[in-house]
Amino acid sequence: MTKELIAILLTAILTQNFVLAKFLGICPFLGVSKKLNTAVGMSAAVIFVMALATAVTFPINKYLLVKFDLEYLQTIVFILVIAALVQLVEIILKKYMPALYNALGIYLPLITTNCAVLGVVILNIDEGYNFAQSMFSSVGAGLGFMLAMVMFAGVRERLESCEVPKFMQGLPITLVAASLVSVSFLGFTGIVENIFG
Amino acid sequence: MAEKKSLGKEFTKGIIAENPVLRLVLGTCPTLATTTSVESALGMGLAASIVLVCSNIVISALRKVIPDKVRIPAYIVIIASFVTIVQMAVKAFLPSLDEQLGVYLPLIVVNCIILGRAEAFASKNPVLASAIDGLGMGVGFTAALFLMSSVREIFGAGTFLGTNIPVIGNNPMLIFILPPGGFFVFGILMAVVNKMAESKGKQRAELRGCEACPMAQNCSLNKKAECEAKEKPAVKAAAPAEEKKEVAEA
Repeated sequence: MTKELIAILLTAILTQNFVLAKFLGICPFLGVSKKLNTAVGMSAAVIFVMALATAVTFPINKYLLVKFDLEYLQTIVFILVIAALVQLVEIILKKYMPALYNALGIYLPLITTNCAVLGVVILNIDEGYNFAQSMFSSVGAGLGFMLAMVMFAGVRERLESCEVPKFMQGLPITLVAASLVSVSFLGFTGIVENIFG
Repeated sequence: MAEKKSLGKEFTKGIIAENPVLRLVLGTCPTLATTTSVESALGMGLAASIVLVCSNIVISALRKVIPDKVRIPAYIVIIASFVTIVQMAVKAFLPSLDEQLGVYLPLIVVNCIILGRAEAFASKNPVLASAIDGLGMGVGFTAALFLMSSVREIFGAGTFLGTNIPVIGNNPMLIFILPPGGFFVFGILMAVVNKMAESKGKQRAELRGCEACPMAQNCSLNKKAECEAKEKPAVKAAAPAEEKKEVAEA
């Protein structure tokens, strides 16, 4: 059981990395990765929201949508629940935990329309995970997002000081750099199966 | 006559001058994820276009009814309803496409192009112009996906729409349809498009960070002045001017 959960966690972080293998959450990956501290803040907020969104949508799906045969409403219900949840968390943090709000809160509204959060929730249900498996897969997805963001922020900081040919400057070289980071993650293919299989 | 001309302009601007993927750099997730084969790219483009046109029409028709403060949630509900309809239709009639697109089909809800057009265009313009704007953007999105998926499928799988291509087909370069190939082809495509835009004296397409995002106004990152967009005030000033022009034209 624990073995299986750890395998799910590692798969979500390494082999099926949300950003570099599944292309979810590319907008913040390219947009907010310019500085290391914003990259860390953003990813911490993503981990938090992913875990929370999974904890809330799992019972809604199981005890409301599946029970009354309303699975076709999944998309609408989930996006609204996530949007409302993010607003709620922002208000609560602002009022009761101003320190945490300053660290994470400013990234929260951005996350509502982040496809990674809706993606992880839908993927967990498609995979037929139970509650514990869903939570591990969500936290793993968030950690994988953080790993990719932090690595890429480092690459981009180095890129700043490089002389890039004029036609490749800006977005093109950023994408090619992302491609190379993604190649490094291809190296993890099969590693989880080898350890736990 | 004058009106006809401007409607034509609404349509064509989405395809070339303001192509959502290649010029505005929006909707990057589906662009990278669904371009492993031409078939799934066209499916994605078509599905997103249908949602775009329908949601633009409805949002434009309701633009005077929706209160300003709750407009973003209202738009999301409208968009999500159309995505659900498209999702059910694809599941019923094209089950193989549903399998290929997988999670990216419901994720059309959070595609920035659709929410962005709702916020920037449909909420300010009449129904017909909004429908045409949605159609143009949809065609532009589909064209960009088609371009990228053609390169990736031809080099990565050695096929085009499933038919084998003589020389490359014997030794396809698998990396092109793996995730790194997606980033790489998109990067090179952006370099080519930027070069072409520059030679015509237009601005290079850049990742515009926050001001391209439909949530920009609600975003506290903007207020905190930490947003990268603030570092490029020139680009930011250009964006609202464009929107104003669109309204004036309509």
